[in-house]
Amino acid sequence: MSTASDTHGAAAVAEHGDGHGHVHHSPHLAHHFDSPEQQFMSAKLGMWVFLGTEVLMFGGLFCAYSVYRRAHPQVFEFAAHDYLSTKLGALNTIILITSSLTMAWGVRCAQLTQLKGLKICLVLTLMGAAGFLVVKTIEYTNKWHEHVWVGPSNRYYVARPPITYASLPPRTILPDNSADANAGTADAAQIRPVASGAGGLNSNYANPPETVFKEKDLTYDQLAPADQKNVATFFSIYFLMTGLHGIHVVVGMGLITWILIRANKGEFSSEFFTPVDLVGLYWHLVDLIWIFLFPLLYLIK
Amino acid sequence: MFMHPSILPILADIWMPRAASTVAGPIDWLFYFILYICIFFFFLILGLLVAFSWMYRYQPGKTQGPAPKHSTALELTWTFIPTVIVIVIFYYGFKGYLDLAVPPPNAYPVIVLAQTWGYQFQYPDGAIDDVLHIPAGRPVELILNSKDVIHGFYVPEFRLKKDIVPGRFNRLWFQANEPTEPDKPYDVYCTQYCGQGHSTMRSTVTVDSRIDFDKYIYKISHFVGPPPAQGRHIYEKHQCIGCHSVDGTRMTGPTWKNMWGNPVDFESGPRLAAVDAAYIRESILQPGAKIVKTFSNVMPPQSLKDEEINEVIAYIQTLSDNYKPPATTQPTSGPATAPTTAPSAPLTASAGSAPASDSTK
Amino acid sequence: MSSTAELEHASPPAAAIYLTPPEDNYLTHDKGVMSWIFTLDHKRIGILYMGTVLSFFLVGGIFALSLRTELLWYNTPDKFHLDKELTLNLYNNMFTLHGAIMVFLFIIPAIPAIMGNLILPIMLGAKDVAFPRLNLMSLWIYWIGGTFFLYVLLGGVLHYGFAMFGHPNVNLPGGMGLDTGWTFYAPYSTTKSLAGVVPATLGAFVVGFSSILTGVNFITTLHILRPKGMTWFRMPLFLWGLYATSIIQILATPVLAITLLLVVAERTMHVGIFDPAIGGDPVLFQHFFWFYSHPAVYIMILPAMGVISELITVFSRKHIFGYNFIAFSSIAIALLGFLVWGHHMFVSGQSPMTDSIFSFITFSVAIPSAVKVFNWTATLYRGSIRFKTPMLYALGFILLFTVGGLTGLFLGALSTDVPLHDTYFVVAHFHYVMMGSMLFAFLGGMYYWFPKIFGKMYHEQTGQVAALVVFLGFNLAFFPQFIAGTQGMPRRWATYPEQYQIYHRFSTAGAYLMGLGLFIVAGNWIHALKRGNKAPPNPWGGNTLEWHCTSPPPYYNFKKTPAVDDPYALGAWEYVSEEQGWVPRHSEPPPLAPPGQNVAITH
Repeated sequence: MSTASDTHGAAAVAEHGDGHGHVHHSPHLAHHFDSPEQQFMSAKLGMWVFLGTEVLMFGGLFCAYSVYRRAHPQVFEFAAHDYLSTKLGALNTIILITSSLTMAWGVRCAQLTQLKGLKICLVLTLMGAAGFLVVKTIEYTNKWHEHVWVGPSNRYYVARPPITYASLPPRTILPDNSADANAGTADAAQIRPVASGAGGLNSNYANPPETVFKEKDLTYDQLAPADQKNVATFFSIYFLMTGLHGIHVVVGMGLITWILIRANKGEFSSEFFTPVDLVGLYWHLVDLIWIFLFPLLYLIK
Repeated sequence: MFMHPSILPILADIWMPRAASTVAGPIDWLFYFILYICIFFFFLILGLLVAFSWMYRYQPGKTQGPAPKHSTALELTWTFIPTVIVIVIFYYGFKGYLDLAVPPPNAYPVIVLAQTWGYQFQYPDGAIDDVLHIPAGRPVELILNSKDVIHGFYVPEFRLKKDIVPGRFNRLWFQANEPTEPDKPYDVYCTQYCGQGHSTMRSTVTVDSRIDFDKYIYKISHFVGPPPAQGRHIYEKHQCIGCHSVDGTRMTGPTWKNMWGNPVDFESGPRLAAVDAAYIRESILQPGAKIVKTFSNVMPPQSLKDEEINEVIAYIQTLSDNYKPPATTQPTSGPATAPTTAPSAPLTASAGSAPASDSTK
Repeated sequence: MSSTAELEHASPPAAAIYLTPPEDNYLTHDKGVMSWIFTLDHKRIGILYMGTVLSFFLVGGIFALSLRTELLWYNTPDKFHLDKELTLNLYNNMFTLHGAIMVFLFIIPAIPAIMGNLILPIMLGAKDVAFPRLNLMSLWIYWIGGTFFLYVLLGGVLHYGFAMFGHPNVNLPGGMGLDTGWTFYAPYSTTKSLAGVVPATLGAFVVGFSSILTGVNFITTLHILRPKGMTWFRMPLFLWGLYATSIIQILATPVLAITLLLVVAERTMHVGIFDPAIGGDPVLFQHFFWFYSHPAVYIMILPAMGVISELITVFSRKHIFGYNFIAFSSIAIALLGFLVWGHHMFVSGQSPMTDSIFSFITFSVAIPSAVKVFNWTATLYRGSIRFKTPMLYALGFILLFTVGGLTGLFLGALSTDVPLHDTYFVVAHFHYVMMGSMLFAFLGGMYYWFPKIFGKMYHEQTGQVAALVVFLGFNLAFFPQFIAGTQGMPRRWATYPEQYQIYHRFSTAGAYLMGLGLFIVAGNWIHALKRGNKAPPNPWGGNTLEWHCTSPPPYYNFKKTPAVDDPYALGAWEYVSEEQGWVPRHSEPPPLAPPGQNVAITH
């Protein structure tokens, strides 16, 4: 990620070296590196570390997804089946994988100083990215028209009323052995704490009736009432994950455009192709994230 | 069961208030166990630091002796011993915690409903109060729920704490064996930050003997009075008192004094020419629908039954100068008794004290 | 002057450095404001961070004193006939500001961004960090995000402050304050709070990237730019500390980023992740938040521990005891620290099974920390200890970190955590580890490297007196809070029951005393900058590589990669009173350099 940077004066540049008396250096070698190899290794390591942080960031969203899917599996099945088009998702997957291929090819071209090939590949990658965004726009527009947008603009959004006395668990009094004025009759099972789920994340409501599903294609009415209220959550998660991913695609397009401009100026060759390599790594990560998103969101069956 | 190993009981009071529940014993025991370990290690390190600083202070002319750079034996020793100690601490901590987590099957249940910024306690027969009374000598289980944000429920003397999380019912159980002294109940504090009134969100716990407890339950279940007095009772027990005054003082919410029948301006929307029953009803059930000018939308919706809403309306009517009770003597269509303000003393002489001062507001 | 007979092998001395100072140094090399704002020199970036971080510390400290003043009376609003609602809101904004500024803008960046940037490359023998422009980007992001964050938070304080004195309409545009506490718990932050939660979280989001990019930079630097001869186990322990810190920074901070984005999404678009009224789970927020924020405290303490390792060795003229164990324990703390976040949630209603796992692993993190304390103490054995100001802070650190760490045992044990959670006991515990430990290490490191960075010596006796005042003030401020907590005083309360007043009074007195000590420290530094004596290259006799160049260093650090030796072979130096500093020892003939190793610098 570092290229020529020279604000420290020519004298220092001429003097830098690695102790071997080696003075010649390529114009891309930054003054604080001993050799181009060291600079390249640094750039790669830095980029991989940064990609690690991106994985962690998306990891949070994947975590939210798994928590809610585990809590409401039928909701996810219903919403994904009814509202997410597997065809469009698969199309996007093919587009992105192809663009990853053209990007990798472009890096190879840069390594071999095939500048024309590099530019063609970068343009193709950009087209793939644009295509992805077009398909995404179609999908989002469909969602808008079907009124399953984010938050309150979702037809399934239910702003819940606050807990009222009626919704509290039934009064729980056990008969006491002593003659107790407050004794009553009740169900012993109500008093025991309800087992909580993974990490204690499930609520302690008295267990609501589970959705019983036999067929694969659920309708909304077949969902349990408690589940019906959570359909909007699926869409929120869908938009958050694909939205954040989409932002990364847009950023990637910007980066690829920047590389294309520099390629046009003839900056890259087998001696120096680090930026192409690094942008390629970024693009592969964007693709990889989509490869996880696609089955998790679209292929829920 | 567990005797805490504090050497002098008087020292115990430095650290913690007198334990008053049966679950406190193991907690206190572990607390002092860890405390002694801490004191030991603290003085060990302090002693070594002071000793080494003194013995090995720089002195001109003094030769520095040879010293090892590492010693695997020493490293293993001082890794192993603390490991054993923390395993022991973990074990007793876990054990004590499991005792707290599983209530016995015959626990007396009370539902706690927390809101910004007060508590309501619902007893098994449906009666509610804003303070907690529990029978001595019997396990009690609290079922905690919040109307809005996360609150906490903490009683220092019981060593008891749980967060009150909206959307789930956390449970807490304990048993107190000794009744509290009269007028000296234990405090309940909210420990999870919940906004403006977090510091003032408090209540009390009174431990009653069986007889006193039965009397208390009877009293709060059978509160009877004319509708304005009932309305006043609801005003106190449902925590309206926490945010609305009846004497004109500006608090978090608009004062009820002179509200009935007078115009009110809102943050948005047309002015209401005269406060009426429909407006009060809406304000209770959907407080966010109309916000009075210069106030904020912080009131949680209240779930009152219809007759309770009518009683509150009746009470509010009595607070307004321009309200004239109708000439009819029918008891159900309005307050037939002479309007009085703040009739709290003879009707709600409960042993527990309200968390916020009442009739002075 | 010194007649110590060190037995370690000494490296070939770099003698000629000390005879002529260079023509200029990194401070004087380029002139003008632009040369600073657009600098790529890690040392200048470190200085810029220093100014900003210390300014934020001042703001956070002022609000700490405001809080403590408000708490002098148990019923401040009633006593002074203040509007209760406004006072409570003001207090809530103030404690949020204090916590958020201190955590995000002071403690997390302080040692890595200031001392890491200034010292890491020199100590490593490199010319700069791996990505100087990324480093500058980190600084700018910190400036922009931090200033915006502070602006939003100050807006709330100013609004309520002015309102209390009769001017209710003072509003900073866009600065709506934050009253959620630095922990932003949902659903209060996502639904009920009327404050500027969205701008504040976005500000924190931006600042987080500064931390991430610094972590990326340091990891790459430590992996790639180490000179020949400096294997991992010949690296100074300060660098091990920064390495472990950087690992945490890159793995944990992104999770905070996504958590803050989810809070913004929840608040603006009502997505329903955390608000139970629309299907969310508030405890999920706590899991996300603490997954970052617990490792964050290790970001705070690991560099501090690294500093202490340096100070203890140099000022006892001894090799560190147990190098390997200290190095490995840094990594162990970094990794185990990711597994314990649930110990902040023992009372939120998780299952006992979950709680017990977190409790058990929490205790396991305590062990490496204890091992370090024992190793540092053993380093003093048979040393030759000088009680200069940095050493006073280091000794204070060991003691206060012991207290802080031991009190963590109460909180890690499940049953004792129940009464102590969210009380002043926790407040005291984390101030002992964040302030008593991290701040002391920071001050010790600042004093230690002050001559190197600025080329001036500070007045030693003033430094020592200030250290004692800070130590006494700190303990007076925070020890009573342990007792207030066990007695039941809850956190984040502006008014409280009367029986806790005595503890608060002691605590406030201590806070003011500590504030006085810190002002003496600041005066000590400012005076030294203006009128301090010129500092020799090696005033303390350290053997890490930064002491092999002039004070202040030249802008290029080293002309050639310097020779690398055991960083704790302190016998290579002897004290010369004419220089007021240490010079390489001439008494033994230099042994043959192993083949392939660089020859030492001759300037």
